[in-house]
Amino acid sequence: MIDFLVSVLTLTIPAGTALLLGTLGEVYAERSGVLNLGVEGMMIMGAVIGFAVTFATKNAILGIVAASLAGVLMALIHAYFSITLRVNQVVSGLALTMLGLGVSGLLGKQFIGMPLPVRLQPLNIPVLSNLPIIGEFFKYNALIYFSILLVPLLSFFLYKTNWGIVLRSVGENPAAADAMGVNVFLVRYLAVMFGGLMAGLGGAFLSVAYSPAWIEGMTAGAGWIVIALTIFSLYDPTRAMLGAYLFGGVRVLQFRLQPLGIPANLLNMLPFIMTILVLVLISEQAFRRRIGVPAALMQPYSREEK
Amino acid sequence: MSIRVRIERRLEVSPQTQILAILLSLFLSFVVIAVIFSFLGVEPLNAYRRIFLGGFGSIYGLSESITKAIPLLLAGAGLALSFKARVYNIGAEGQILMGAVVGGGIGLFLPNLPRSLLLPLMFLGGFLGGAVWGLIPAFLKTRFRVDEVLTSLMLVYIASDLVRYLVYGPWRGPEQRGFPYSSPFSLSAQLPHLGTTRIHYPTLILAILLAVTVYIMLFYTKFGYEIRVVGENPSAGRYAGMSVERVVLFVLVLSGGLAGLAGVGEVAGIHARLGPPEGISPGYGFTAIIVAWLARLNPLLTMISAFFMGGLLVGGDAIQTALNLPSATIFVFNGVILFFIIAAEYLTNYRIKVEAVR
Repeated sequence: MIDFLVSVLTLTIPAGTALLLGTLGEVYAERSGVLNLGVEGMMIMGAVIGFAVTFATKNAILGIVAASLAGVLMALIHAYFSITLRVNQVVSGLALTMLGLGVSGLLGKQFIGMPLPVRLQPLNIPVLSNLPIIGEFFKYNALIYFSILLVPLLSFFLYKTNWGIVLRSVGENPAAADAMGVNVFLVRYLAVMFGGLMAGLGGAFLSVAYSPAWIEGMTAGAGWIVIALTIFSLYDPTRAMLGAYLFGGVRVLQFRLQPLGIPANLLNMLPFIMTILVLVLISEQAFRRRIGVPAALMQPYSREEK
Repeated sequence: MSIRVRIERRLEVSPQTQILAILLSLFLSFVVIAVIFSFLGVEPLNAYRRIFLGGFGSIYGLSESITKAIPLLLAGAGLALSFKARVYNIGAEGQILMGAVVGGGIGLFLPNLPRSLLLPLMFLGGFLGGAVWGLIPAFLKTRFRVDEVLTSLMLVYIASDLVRYLVYGPWRGPEQRGFPYSSPFSLSAQLPHLGTTRIHYPTLILAILLAVTVYIMLFYTKFGYEIRVVGENPSAGRYAGMSVERVVLFVLVLSGGLAGLAGVGEVAGIHARLGPPEGISPGYGFTAIIVAWLARLNPLLTMISAFFMGGLLVGGDAIQTALNLPSATIFVFNGVILFFIIAAEYLTNYRIKVEAVR
């Protein structure tokens, strides 16, 4: 029994890591007041670029770095449209997702079915990885440890540093932040770019470490679950981790339930049904406790139209 | 004295400016897509020539473009209405599939009904299937304040999995030798075609009539006025005694129902059986989003934009086979065009004023 639980749990963390990376980024972007529905597009670009560069250079680290840069570049498009041009953020994010799905399909065509010569190797943490039962938790690859490490770091940055206060104030009341001398546009650009970096990283995690392979449309809705998790997290990095692993667990469960005779196509609905349920639960809760959405989310800022 | 550049909001945008803006944004989209293509090793002028010839260059191409415009028009006119109310139904793809499931299911299980009864029944069922798939996000939004963008999209994945479950499982035709298809529809469950084309004209006529009806409803009725006011400014609408909830329910149910009709048209007019979801609708529900925005959310203009995007889809199919490109190529067009359409909206709503200041 313990063995079964531990094996489910050890699989849960890798299954939730791409979601965690993406959600941490989107939490920051939305904290600055910008909704980016392009996560799916940025993630899939990260996946294809990560795979392509790792394939070409035989260096997984280079692939991961390139993937995060691709995510940043994608995010810059959304930043320009939503922050500078102040267009409708929903439509701009949607366009970004379509663009990412299209360009990644074109770029990735040559890599379909190709094996990756190298992949991100697990790091066996000395001593701990030799422990019985829980040793499995200390044999993950570096990106997984990095994502876990980011949770307290990003929490600390958000709540305990001046920069965190600046970020939150831009998302809550940009006009007041502006009056205090904060460059609202710069902060929002940086937050959206960070969101892109993390989504790109999440995509690379899928194609270079988790799968590792390139499959067209391989993110399969993960980017949209990230948006839902951001709402579920109430814009808090620690709750983001909780949510990401919850969905990682659902994914593991999906594979575990398949041998019981439940059709795979019905099991595939599970994360999406879960997403809707989670959104319903959190909306009620957030409304009752009057917490949640950054006040200026989706509101473009302009110095003239105050 | 110095020069000052100001951006100010335009109060009125003339139709000429609007049309010019659409054409300009399309032209710029094609320039950007050409750059993307050449980066990816696709010769852009060659690709464009093949797309244009494929979609609009022959009678066959034109008839195929109209065929693909049918689902785009049905779904796109509904989405224009929904977006006008600022209700972001992005799940038309799932609503199309549910229309295909319910309408197609009726065709499968009542094959012996006379055609004049069966086809209307299939369309009715398909409308209800799509409408229910739109009602779910509407209910969750009005009752639990859940954002419709995510729920309508999640329902796309759920609908795809449901179709896959059906055609791989209980609805798989015994004579399909393991392939994921239902048995073929009986003749009375199949739509007639125009001549030798694949244009299933009953659906086309239905689509045109409904697009006109939606247009009249939106611009010439009291409830249409409410929809537009709620879209522009929900609190003003509420203050004037309008029910935002009613508008949300109405536009999601209607746009879902129209998308559902599109699903019936595809299975009864093209495939004559149910199959995997990507066969029933290769992203029509997502392309319909572009159709709506390209028409600047005017249901009447979706007739033009649906035909244009239909042609692009046909041309896209042509370059896929000729230049060996993946089917995701069309999403490049969708994404870039959508970006330029919303940028054009910004540029036509604002103007840059350069003035001298003393």
